[in-house]
Formats: sequence, C-alpha cells, structure tokens
Amino acid sequence: MPELDPEYLAGAAAGTLRLQRCAKCAKCRFPASPLCPSCLAWDFDWIDASGRGQLWSWIRMHKPYFKNLDREVPYNVAMVRLEEGPMMISAVDGDESGLRIGTPLTVVFRPIGGVPLPWFTVAATAGSAADGR
Amino acid sequence: MTTRDAVAIVGVGTTEFGQLYRDRTANRSAYALGAQAFTAALADAGLERDDIDGLICARLPNYTRMADMLGLRRPTYCLSIDGAGRMSAVAVQLAIGAIQSGLARAVALVYGNNGRSAGATYGGEEGGGPTAGYDTAYGMTSPGAYVAMMYQRYRELYSVPELALAPLAINNRNHAMHNENAVMRTPLTLEDYEKSRYVAEPLRLFDYCLINDGGVAMILTTPEIAAKLDRPMVTIRATASSGDLTNFYTSDDFFQASCASVSDRVFTEAGMSTKDVDCLQVYDNFTPTILFSLEGFGYCAPGTSWDWIRDGRIGLGGELPVNTSGGHTSESYMQGWGLHVEAVRQLRGEAGSRQVPNCEVVQYICASPITASHLLVRS
Repeated sequence: MPELDPEYLAGAAAGTLRLQRCAKCAKCRFPASPLCPSCLAWDFDWIDASGRGQLWSWIRMHKPYFKNLDREVPYNVAMVRLEEGPMMISAVDGDESGLRIGTPLTVVFRPIGGVPLPWFTVAATAGSAADGR
Repeated sequence: MTTRDAVAIVGVGTTEFGQLYRDRTANRSAYALGAQAFTAALADAGLERDDIDGLICARLPNYTRMADMLGLRRPTYCLSIDGAGRMSAVAVQLAIGAIQSGLARAVALVYGNNGRSAGATYGGEEGGGPTAGYDTAYGMTSPGAYVAMMYQRYRELYSVPELALAPLAINNRNHAMHNENAVMRTPLTLEDYEKSRYVAEPLRLFDYCLINDGGVAMILTTPEIAAKLDRPMVTIRATASSGDLTNFYTSDDFFQASCASVSDRVFTEAGMSTKDVDCLQVYDNFTPTILFSLEGFGYCAPGTSWDWIRDGRIGLGGELPVNTSGGHTSESYMQGWGLHVEAVRQLRGEAGSRQVPNCEVVQYICASPITASHLLVRS
C-alpha cells in the first residue's frame, strides 16, 4: 500500500477523521497537499472533521484485483462527499439496498489490514436515508 | 491562428488485432508493434521514411529506441507521451501545432501497446490515480471502477432501467463482425450480455474494453504535401480540448462541463453542428463513456442518451453510426488511436462492408480527464 499521510493515519487511530484546512481561506482539502488549491496559501491546520457526509455513489467490486486485500469480493466501495467539501473513497457498513444518492453517512473506523481507517455507516437519524436526496 | 484544414492525415497503419489476439502465448514488444504500424502507415501514405521529420511516440518506453529502430536519426521534432487513452487526441493536437508552426513537415505518430503480453490489468498493484494509496486501502482500483461509480449515480438520477448499457456493447460487436481485423467477432446477444459477470457492478465484462496487443500509426503533414500523394485527402477541420482534472477518474458531472466547452469550440471553429456529422468515433473505455459523450456534445439531452441509442440509431444504416469498427470493447483497445484510424478509413471510403455511405464528416470524442474532440473531413 502506498504511504498515507501520518497525520491522517494518527487521527484515524485515535478515532477522528482529520483534514487539512487552509489557514488563509479556511477551505478543507483531501488528500494531504502542501498548498491550498483554492488560494495557493501554504499555511494550514489539521482539523477534526465533523465525520458527516453524503453518499455520492457506490459500487460493488467483484473482480479480485488485489492478492492481499483484507476484504472478500464482492465488497462495496463508496464515494462520499464530506460535509467539509472534499470527496473521498471509503466503504459503507451493512446491506447496500437502502443506499441512495445523498444518503447521510457518519464516519466510523474499521481496521483494514490492521490499520484503522475511516469507514461509513448510514446516519442514525430517523428517516434520514429516505429523505437524503 | 486557426487549425482549420491546416493539417492532413495522409497515412494510417494498424496491426492485425484479431490475429495477434488468437495467439495467446506470444510475448510481444511494444516497439515491434509500433514499428509494424509505422511501416504500414508509411506505405499507406506513399511516403518514404526519409520524408518523416517528426516523431511522437505513445505508450512506448523510450522514444530514442523507437527512433533508432525506425532509422529516424535526426527528426526536427520528437517527443513521447504516456499511454493514457486521453492522450491520443492530444498527440494529434501536438502534431498539428508542430506542422503549423513549421517545426516539422511530416510527423509520424507511433503507438505500441503490448498490454496483453505484459499481463496488464489496469488495476490492483499497477499504477493508480492521485489518491491511489487511500483508495486501494478499501480495494478501490481501476478506471472501470471509477466509471462504474459515475454510472451508478447516473442511473439513479435518471431512473435508467437494468441492461441499459447492453445496446452499446451489442452495437460495437455488430460492427466488429464487419471488421476482419477485430478481436471479438462472434455475435453478442442481450442474453449473453445479461449472463456475463460483473467486474465493478453495475458494469459487466462486456462493458469493458479489451486488453490486447497492437500498434497504430498515423502520418500527418501539410495539405500541400498531401495533395501530391495519390490518396483521398482527409483534413482536421477543427480540434479542441479541456481538462477535468481532479483526484479521481470519477467526474462529479460525468464530464459534462468539459464536454460542453470542447463541443462549443470544436463546432464553432468548424462552422458545423451535430447534424453535419455522418459518423461518430467515441472513446469507449467502458460503455457509459459513450452515454456521457453523446450528452456532453449535444447529441441528446442529459439523462436521455441510454434511450436515444436504442433501436439501431447508432448502428450501421442508422441515423448516426457510432464506433463503426467495433470500438474498444470489440475491435481492439488501442486507447483512441484505432478510432482515429477508423475515422480516416470511413472518410476515404475504405471501410468495406461497414462503410457509412457518403461519409464526409467524422467526429472523434474522448470524454475523460482530458476531454478532446476533432472534426475530420474529406477535403
């Protein structure tokens, strides 16, 4: 697995989704990058993200592309729009039948190959999945 | 400066894709495949090797090796571009620029792809996009999976029924049956499609491009030189491109903004509209890309292309034949290069039983992180 940002990994290990936020324009970005793509400022802070997002789309992977992946095919992969703006790839817990565009999601953390990483679960607010569009 | 008809495509060459595919044990070099295509293109143009003073190599490990193999010791213009599908149209644009500016008079574009021999999978441990480290942790990999992500959203947004992609895969196969050079020529039915396995659901095997070996070459030059050759004249009336550069192959608007920008510029430059196009060659790494291209370039409204393409409209004899040689899912996955050659063959009237009658204008479209399009004409 290629290297992931240590600050991001440390956040995940501590149970928080950490994002870089531009010190000048306050926009968040993912993945880690030395300068802000909005205003080109180099100063940034790491923040604890809200952990909330919405489902942009998802797929079910059937082809076993990886020899040593800690997941069995078929498995889902989700594209999540974080509340702070950035999109990220992750996965969603449980049965996919209720997933719709805009389904509200909440971050949880699951070990993959022994490394805790952000994962998502359908947000527990009543009726939210149905209203998510 | 306008590019309007300033450059002609005078030579095209392809390897025998089907024959190469049937020999499953061969271990081919990309250079040899590129060289075969180059010599074929040179003969097709009726030019001598020493007439070539520009060389653009694609997907070849090293342009010096290719140049040395072809005996092109001192080209006035030479460069390499990577083997991404989006780059075939970009290579043509580079050649146009080189010829128009006088940096070269006759540019050979040489593409060699030994993906099958090399065991390419386009996913897994191989390469990956800017967020590969993050995405592969979850098992997310391969351009097909990122396109599947777009299609899953598209089909929910527009209430698209199951099996809506099947007519695209079948259309390509029907066309490949008219192409002796194609890799996949056995008939493909709706039932075959439905029974095929998922790769990245909702995409199935037949929605995917092939992985095969082959080479493609084209020779571009000035209309003055082209006029001296005993070949029908094909020129590039207009070309345009636009990036849609993010961390993902998944574009959050299905490449619609980049397509709209390119469409506007390419048609304006040519003084044409979609109605003038006799035949369309669409970059189809995966079948949904055809839908995104048709909508992005104004052939039909957003969300309607899956319905628009049904009932033979894009087949031979239909209103707008698309991917007449069989496209990337049935002819050969030459990353857009083969589609360029098919455009030329159609305009010259050399497409045999798949010839589009009175074909005068062909559009090439690639909807991708570098979206591009050309309008090619018989001059």
